Amino acid sequence: MNGKVGTAIRLVDCAKTFPNGTRALDKTSLEMRGGETIVFLGPSGCGKTTLLRVIAGLESPDEGGRVYFDDEDVTSQPIEHRNVGMVFQSYALFPNMNVGDNIAYGLKVHGVAPDKRAKRVDEMLRMMQISELRERRITELSGGQRQRVALARAIAVQPRVLLLDEPLTALDALLRERLRIEIDVLLHSLGITAAYVTHDQGEAMAIGDRIAVMNKGAIVQTGSPREIYYKPASSFVADFIGTMNRVTGTLRDGALELPGGRIDWADQQGSGEMQVLFRPNDARIVDDARAPLRGVVEQQFFLGDRTRLHVTGVADRTVVVETTEHREFRVGQSIGLRIEPGALLRLRD
Amino acid sequence: MRRPPYFWLQLAFTLLVCSFLLVPVFMSIVAGLTENFFVGVKSGFTTRWIGVVWELYAPTIFRSMYIALATLAVTLVVGVPAAYVLAKRPGMMTRMIEEFLVLPVAIPGLAIALALIITYGGFRDFRTSWGFILVGHVLYTLPFMVRSVLAVLSSFNFQVLEESAASLGAGFWRRFFGIVLPNARSGIVAGALTVVTLSIGEFNLTWMMHTPETMTLPVGLADSYASMRLEIGSAYTLVFFIMITPLLVALQRYGVQSTRTRKGA
Repeated sequence: MNGKVGTAIRLVDCAKTFPNGTRALDKTSLEMRGGETIVFLGPSGCGKTTLLRVIAGLESPDEGGRVYFDDEDVTSQPIEHRNVGMVFQSYALFPNMNVGDNIAYGLKVHGVAPDKRAKRVDEMLRMMQISELRERRITELSGGQRQRVALARAIAVQPRVLLLDEPLTALDALLRERLRIEIDVLLHSLGITAAYVTHDQGEAMAIGDRIAVMNKGAIVQTGSPREIYYKPASSFVADFIGTMNRVTGTLRDGALELPGGRIDWADQQGSGEMQVLFRPNDARIVDDARAPLRGVVEQQFFLGDRTRLHVTGVADRTVVVETTEHREFRVGQSIGLRIEPGALLRLRD
Repeated sequence: MRRPPYFWLQLAFTLLVCSFLLVPVFMSIVAGLTENFFVGVKSGFTTRWIGVVWELYAPTIFRSMYIALATLAVTLVVGVPAAYVLAKRPGMMTRMIEEFLVLPVAIPGLAIALALIITYGGFRDFRTSWGFILVGHVLYTLPFMVRSVLAVLSSFNFQVLEESAASLGAGFWRRFFGIVLPNARSGIVAGALTVVTLSIGEFNLTWMMHTPETMTLPVGLADSYASMRLEIGSAYTLVFFIMITPLLVALQRYGVQSTRTRKGA
C-alpha cells in the first residue's frame, strides 16, 4: 500500500485478440492523469470491459502492448501484484464471509495487523454509511448495500487505481441516480485515479472527468463530457450520446435554406447542399411571426423538467426540440424556431 | 380443516407403497433379533446373533470403514481440483472429459473389476492388498464427487469471485482455499457423503476383486447369506443398516441444501 494517491496510467499500443481469434480491442493508447476519473462508454461488445481488464491485469495485451502505472511498467504483473481496486457489476462479494470480513479481506492478504485492520474496516463502513451492516451475511443485503460493501472492500486497501465495471447497472433507476452521485463525490474526495465502464451515457456524463467513447474495439473520441456532447467527432458519437437532429439544407446567400425557413450561415464555410446536426435544446421556440423557421407540432412528450416536441415541416425530416417552458403545446399547432448558427455541427462522416 | 375426499385415498396409497418398501426392512431386522426365525417371534428376542456376526465379520466392518474413508480422501484430493478445472474451462473438451468420468457408472462393476484384474493382477502384492479394492472404489465413486462439486461451482460465478480476490492481492492458493473451496462446500459435503455411502455399500466390483484377506462388509453379507443361518445374515444386515442410515440421513439433508442455488451472491 502506498500513501500517495493519483497514479497516472498509460496504455501504449494495447490490443487484445482472444485465443478463438476474436479481436476485442484494437491497438489503443491512452493516458489517464493521476486522480482523474475516466469513463469508457460504448455499446455492448465495444471492447470497454476488455480495456478495463487490460488495465487491471486480468487480460494481458497482445504482443507489443504496454501498461504503465506512473513510470512503472506493469505489463507482465498479474493482477494480484498491481494493487488495483475492482468493483464488478455482480458485486462479487464473498458469500462465505460477512460484510466486515469482506472488507477486511484485502487488508488481511496485505498482512495488515488485526487491530489496524479493524480500524480501517470501521472507517470504510462509516464512509459508506453502512456501519450497522458489519456482521450481516452477504445474502441478507439489498443490491444497493452490496454495491456499497463492494466499493468499501475495493477502497480499503488504498489501491493505486479503482476500476469499476458497470457498477450500477444491476440497480433500479432511483438507487442508481443516488449511488452515482455518491460515487462521484467519493472518487473526487479520495483523489484516486478511476476507470469506469458503462453503457449509460447519463452515468458517463455525471461521473466522468473525461469520457472515452468506444466502438468496435477502438476509442473513437476522448474528451470532457461537454466536448463529447457538443463537439462529437463522428456521427457515431453524436448519435450514441443523447439525441441529435440531422437535417439537410442548401447553402445560399449566407444562409442555410431548409423547407421551414433559413438559418444564418454568414461566417461559416461550405456551399451547395449540406448536412448539419444540432441538439434538441439548441433549437429555441420563438414568437411565430418573427421566427426564421416554422413547423408544426407532430407529437409532444411532457418529461417533467422539460417538454420534448417532434416538429415537422422545419426540415427534410422530423426534428426533436426540447424546451423548459411551462406552456402546453397542441398537436397540429404551428410554432416558430430559432437555431443559433454556433450550435450547428458539421461532421465529415 | 376439511380435507378433500381423495385425501384419504392418497394417504392410503402412500402408506401402501411405504409398507411395500419398509416391511421387508422391518422383517429383516426382526429376523436378526429373533432367537429362531422359523419358530417366530414367540421364540424370544436376542442380541446373540449380533455377537456372532461381530466375532465372525468384525474385520470386514472395519475394512469397509477405512476403505470408505480412504476412497473419500482420494476422491477429495483428485475430484475437487478436477471439478475446479472443468468448471473453469467450459467447452467441448470439458464435456467429453466429464462424460468419460461418468463411464464407470454405466459399465457393469464386474466388467471394470475384470479389466482391473487383467491389468494389475500380475502385481501380486498390490492385487492382494486392500489398495486394489480402493482403486476400484475410487474409479466408481469419483464421478459422483466431480459432478457434485461441478454442479455447485456452475451455480455461482466463482471466477468473478476469484478475480475480485486477486484484485485484492490474493495469489492462487489463497484464492483456492479461501474463496473457491468454502463457497463450494455444500457440493463437497454432498459429494463426500455420496462417496462414503456408495463405497460402504459397493458389492459388484468388490466381490470380483476381493481376496479372503480383503473382504468388505457387503461381500461378507453375501458370504453369510450363502453359508450361515438366516438369523446371522439378518443380524449382519442390521449392522449394515446401523452404519449406513446416519449417512443416508446426512446425505438427504446436505444433498438438498446443495441443490438450492445460491442467489446473487
